[in-house]
Amino acid sequence: MDAENEQQAAPAESGGRERQAGLSRRAVIGWAGAGVALGAAAVGTVAAATMSSEDDGAAPQPSPEIPFYGENQSGISTPVQDRLHFAAFDVITDDRDALVRMLKEWTKAAASITGGREVGGGAVGVVPESPPDDTGEALGLPASRLTLTIGFGRTLFDKDGVDRFGLKAKLPEALVDLPKFKGDRLEAGRSGGDLCIQACADDPQVAVHAIRNLARIGMGVVNVRWSQLGFGKTSSTTPDSQTPRNLMGFKDGTHNIAGTDADALAKHVWVAPGDGADWMTGGSYLVARRIRMTIETWDRASLKDQEDTFGRTKIEGAPYGGQKERDAPDLAAMPADSHVRLAHPDSNGGLMILRRGYSFTDGSDGLGRLDAGLFFLAYQRDTRKAFVPLQTKLAANDKLNEYITHVGSAHFACPPGVRKPGEWWGQSLFG
Amino acid sequence: MPARRTSAAAFLVLAVAGAALVGCSKKDDGGKGSADGAAGSVQVTATDSKCDLSKTSFPAGHVELAVANKGSKVTELYVYADGDKIVTERENIGPGTKVTINAEIKAGTYEVACKPGMTGDGIRQKITVTAGSSAPAKADDRLTRAVADYRTYAQEQADATIPVVEQFAAAVTAGDVEKAKSLFAASRVGWERTEPVAESFGDVDPKTDTREDALGEGQSWTGWHRIEKSLWVDGKIGDEEKALAAQLVTDLKDWQKRIPEAEITPTGMANGAKELLDEVSKNKITGEEDRYSHTDLSDFAANVEGARQAYELLKPVAAENEPGLSKTLDAEFEKITGLLGKYRAADGTYTSYDKVTEDERKTFSDAVNSLGEPLSKLAAAVVVK
Repeated sequence: MDAENEQQAAPAESGGRERQAGLSRRAVIGWAGAGVALGAAAVGTVAAATMSSEDDGAAPQPSPEIPFYGENQSGISTPVQDRLHFAAFDVITDDRDALVRMLKEWTKAAASITGGREVGGGAVGVVPESPPDDTGEALGLPASRLTLTIGFGRTLFDKDGVDRFGLKAKLPEALVDLPKFKGDRLEAGRSGGDLCIQACADDPQVAVHAIRNLARIGMGVVNVRWSQLGFGKTSSTTPDSQTPRNLMGFKDGTHNIAGTDADALAKHVWVAPGDGADWMTGGSYLVARRIRMTIETWDRASLKDQEDTFGRTKIEGAPYGGQKERDAPDLAAMPADSHVRLAHPDSNGGLMILRRGYSFTDGSDGLGRLDAGLFFLAYQRDTRKAFVPLQTKLAANDKLNEYITHVGSAHFACPPGVRKPGEWWGQSLFG
Repeated sequence: MPARRTSAAAFLVLAVAGAALVGCSKKDDGGKGSADGAAGSVQVTATDSKCDLSKTSFPAGHVELAVANKGSKVTELYVYADGDKIVTERENIGPGTKVTINAEIKAGTYEVACKPGMTGDGIRQKITVTAGSSAPAKADDRLTRAVADYRTYAQEQADATIPVVEQFAAAVTAGDVEKAKSLFAASRVGWERTEPVAESFGDVDPKTDTREDALGEGQSWTGWHRIEKSLWVDGKIGDEEKALAAQLVTDLKDWQKRIPEAEITPTGMANGAKELLDEVSKNKITGEEDRYSHTDLSDFAANVEGARQAYELLKPVAAENEPGLSKTLDAEFEKITGLLGKYRAADGTYTSYDKVTEDERKTFSDAVNSLGEPLSKLAAAVVVK
């Protein structure tokens, strides 16, 4: 079984998927389909042959896969996908070996599913008396640009003064307890966590499948503390694509760090040698905040009030003083408490964070109000020098605060990438 | 407990598969493979008025039933052993569709039934399964012994339960609400320890252990939970409750009497153990099971004890096949038993579940998941390779 997994974990080269030991999800469907056709009638043979030749990769498709292996974890500077399932976990064992074993299993599973393959022995490939290794709901779906990104929370290193896993000495200074920001109404059930997994994909079923299978593999070692589904990316890491609108109807996140801008990434996102904890070199710090919007009161705010709140026009997204969305803003032309003016790098000594937040709508609360908002995700080289000063300022001054409340908060150290098969998530920390 | 026909049926499929299941450990056989030279494929042509089989006698082992519904109604297909015990089944076979059902069937006589419109006893046909040349390799003696020991255990549990149930029923008959309340949880322990065996009979569980919300249209509510509601919610006992208490004794004696005929197999034991944990995670963690008496932790503990018994009996083989799994299960059983121990008083009673906080319930939930997930792999570990 282990050997099989190792093979499945081989890097997904373009066009090379079918050569690997693990069947791709597409191949499985083709196989099943062939079986049905054969059973139905003798003429089915022709159909089956046609199907399998298609599945042999004769006509290469644009790869829907994001490489899992690399110097940095995917899912950070990767072009933002359409959907999110984010989960924060508590480690429920004190057994360091069990935790390491799980991280190794997670890594194998992650390499498989980001490559569009099944987990472990697959969705059907087990003895009939046993539940399958893969839950199966992603069968037949492409990899959908799935990325899985892991992060470690401060409580993994030090929980109420207890060093559960002998990691205290490796706690990075930058992995601070976030200060209480003005207006925060944080709920324990939506905050914190010893570990997190960010699953981003173009198909929500693929993202949910990933979290569900990792949670299952982790049973006995970790438990899901809280999780969040997201849709409609709210910022773009590809500068030539349209900036999507948030649930307030505004384009926000226009001026984000581009995933292709290596200099900006090096300067603002990736932890560099000498920044602190060596095991984090090539990693990044993630802040996750569940920001509830008071949608109903926002919707009855005047257009002028709404535009003044952001400092942008609603239709075009042009900053005050500009005509087009990407025109340079005239900060002085915006109200002093407008969101863009306060958050802009020029107001913050060039400070930038990489945002890849998502909208969320979790139905309605008991009062009939939409439980919706922005699930804010930001990556940075040092949270103390980026999110903390920025949010301190916004929390105190931003006009937007009238319409938003931060209800969930978490901070994670996302280690560098898994460079090749055999390496595993957290190896630089635990290894 | 609602009558969970799927899991009861699943238990039985495995049960009747019996020693034959050693023949089907082919790694890639996920139900789509061919009959692989054993019994071969049996074509079943179902219409609104007929249920034709291409053959009615075939050798034991892996049987593939290729069902074609050529009628106008949705149909179902059942293979019944004596006493209408379900060997395998498939519901919702639409008009014009074909399905393939794979089962392990050991030698004996059975009835195949098509049920057009999915109602009634169905159109039946007798089949004979012969001890063919493809008879499975001989079973592991240790597993044969495990099955025998588990049957003994189930019988002991039932035998010990009846006197307690009789005392409980006597208290109800005497109109003694407090005494009846004090015996309620204890009267359920043996049952809860071996519940998959009782469920395998199909008809006992709905009479004795159904919760109010699990009742089907027109089904009358009898058994433990009906009496529980009278005792805790109404606080009084009438003639109806007395009659129900007497009926409960009768129904449980039926259960006690039938244990020798229960089909028990190693994989059935393993999956039965997992089902006991599923019970806990579905109905007990939430406090739904004993919602009036709040004696959920007593049932919970009994489920764990019963699961552990099944596991311990299978362990010699499981530990050899999957040492890592066995180590994990040992540790998780210890953990959950220790956790439950914190809630047990000296007299053996457990903390009322309404006094267990949300945080504590979460801890229980974690422990149940931590045990239930590896336990789901036990069946594969006792399949003779």
